[in-house]
Amino acid sequence: MNKKQKNLLIRIIIAAILWVPLFLISEGIWKVNMPLPALIILFLVPYLLVGFDILRKAGKGILNRQVFDENFLMTIATVGAIVLGEYGEGVAVMLLYQVGELFQSYAVGKSRRNISDLMDIRPDYANIEVDGELEQVDPDEVEAGSIIVVKPGEKVPIDGVIIEGHSALNTSALTGESKPVDVAEGSEVLSGSINMTGVLKVRTTAEFDESTASKILELVENAASRKSKSENFISKFARVYTPIVCYIALALAIVPPLICMLAHIGGYESVGMLWRDWIMRACTFLVISCPCAVVISIPLSFFAGLGGASREGVLVKGSNYLETLSEVRVVAFDKTGTITKGNFEVTAIHHNPVDEKKLLEYAALAECHSSHPISQSLINAYAKDVDRSRVSDVQEISGHGIIAKVDDMEVAIGNEKLMTKIGVEAIPCHHTGTIIHVALDNVYAGHIVISDELKPTSKEAMQELKKAGVEKTVMLTGDARAVAEKVAAEVGLTDFRAELLPADKVDAVEELLKECADKKKLAFVGDGINDAPVLSRADIGIAMGALGSDAAIEAADVVLMDDDPLKIAKAIKISRKCLRIVKQNITFALGIKILCLVLAAFGIANMWIAIIADVGVMILAVLNAIRCLFVKNL
Amino acid sequence: MKKSYKIDVDCAACAEKMEVAAKKTEGVKDAVVSYMTLKMKVEFEDGADVDTVMKNVRDNCKKVEDDCEIYL
Repeated sequence: MNKKQKNLLIRIIIAAILWVPLFLISEGIWKVNMPLPALIILFLVPYLLVGFDILRKAGKGILNRQVFDENFLMTIATVGAIVLGEYGEGVAVMLLYQVGELFQSYAVGKSRRNISDLMDIRPDYANIEVDGELEQVDPDEVEAGSIIVVKPGEKVPIDGVIIEGHSALNTSALTGESKPVDVAEGSEVLSGSINMTGVLKVRTTAEFDESTASKILELVENAASRKSKSENFISKFARVYTPIVCYIALALAIVPPLICMLAHIGGYESVGMLWRDWIMRACTFLVISCPCAVVISIPLSFFAGLGGASREGVLVKGSNYLETLSEVRVVAFDKTGTITKGNFEVTAIHHNPVDEKKLLEYAALAECHSSHPISQSLINAYAKDVDRSRVSDVQEISGHGIIAKVDDMEVAIGNEKLMTKIGVEAIPCHHTGTIIHVALDNVYAGHIVISDELKPTSKEAMQELKKAGVEKTVMLTGDARAVAEKVAAEVGLTDFRAELLPADKVDAVEELLKECADKKKLAFVGDGINDAPVLSRADIGIAMGALGSDAAIEAADVVLMDDDPLKIAKAIKISRKCLRIVKQNITFALGIKILCLVLAAFGIANMWIAIIADVGVMILAVLNAIRCLFVKNL
Repeated sequence: MKKSYKIDVDCAACAEKMEVAAKKTEGVKDAVVSYMTLKMKVEFEDGADVDTVMKNVRDNCKKVEDDCEIYL
């Protein structure tokens, strides 16, 4: 509790102690002979003690023409009650209102701290070796390329590469994965992970601002400012709710008693009693006019949801995306790196007039400038150092392959389309896998079969998605039909589109979007390397395994920190839970408020019920909102 | 240009009021207040003088919510 809150708590306690005997006296339960003016003055002591800041704010509000301010309303309601002779009630309403305020500020402060603790990956310092001794410096001051030392138990402050030492790293704050990762010389380390066993010397590869930890923190902090439709609805609602309730209260205080007076109905003892009754009802109305319970619980739910999700390694870039995610009914996948591992291996070489090794050598050389996973696997299979100087005139033909000059020989390497394009007849392969055809100087030289492994959790992930209410799972791939068909059947996808060029993927997504009805949203999941346009075209773009990839973090709306496809279903479930809680809170809080308003208008609910309902609803809504944080076992 | 400021405010409805007040200030293109992170993000009009605009934003916010603070 901070100073302000402690102060308020003390004021509430003292005022409550003073209030109880006065209330007993005024109700005649404790028979003390006290003149009425003395009682009123005594009642004013706890009233002013607990409510002076509200009165002061109300006064300032009027000066600044902020009439529909909850402070002003509470002032009118309580002063009204006191003037009408309900001293005990008037003071109690102010007391309970402050209890509610205190609870709200405490609960929000507490969950704010909880969530920032969850995201506590901000490193406080970096160790730099100066003349053989370690010195702690602000990570902001460390330049890229400096050498830093990370001791066991410390956070890695800045991204870098290990130059000395080996250790196990706990990356759970980044990925949600609790299994430690072994690292040694040459391994990349990301800031925010915790060094567990050995001392590491790290050469930094980025500045602090550009490091993973800073980027994640910035992303999470910005997420709260992208407001969802529900949040915007509530703030608009709050803007009109208070004035409307106030005008109704004003009408309630004037119109019904006038009618009763003129028409002689209602059976009141006197005209005074008639006015008193209706003005009291109007004051009760004002007590219910504060929208705070609803206004606080909605952003709190989203914030807790975002925090809980990031703890699980799911970074959602805004409350609005959390909302869209909950409406996802169709999920489109990229294949490589999403459903499959993306580490290809050469499994066979067929129809080759030249030696297998020679063919691989040409293939590896021609592909040596490409970062595509297939090129990497060819280079790996070649297993020797690639002499780049032997390669010239490299042309990369998107969706087809590569044509390059190797030792004055023209090497064309790619899919069947490339062979057709250069007028070479390719021999089809009966194996499933990615088939890479090679032509040397426009003569067919055989094909290389490369296969990829499924991720171990891909199948389970599809089942989980189905359970989470996803109706359609579609794989979009540039790969051959046979490969796509096999993968789709193995994993249990409902549909697939094969042989797509990168541009076709956007068209395929457009087509799927057209098939989706209004309330059904489409998510696209990719590894973020070359599918940025598709990620941004889909209703919601999910990049996976994107830790450290700037382009993916930029283009995607949801970033999965590790590359486990199970996290997709998890993300959807988290968003559903969060949105369910938001809806519960909206219906519950507004329902109770409207009920109380109706009951108050008919004189059934008095001020006691009104304030208890108001504070109670707020406490329940806030507690309910905090449930969004608990998403581990979804 | 966009800038982010730390703020202090006591209730969610008050944060809404600050947002409205900030948006109305001259030189401010858009403003978002997040009560949960206690941050105000302000997008300025082209050519606006950030320091003066932010002083006005703070004054306007104090007018609608006495108990708030923007750390400039």
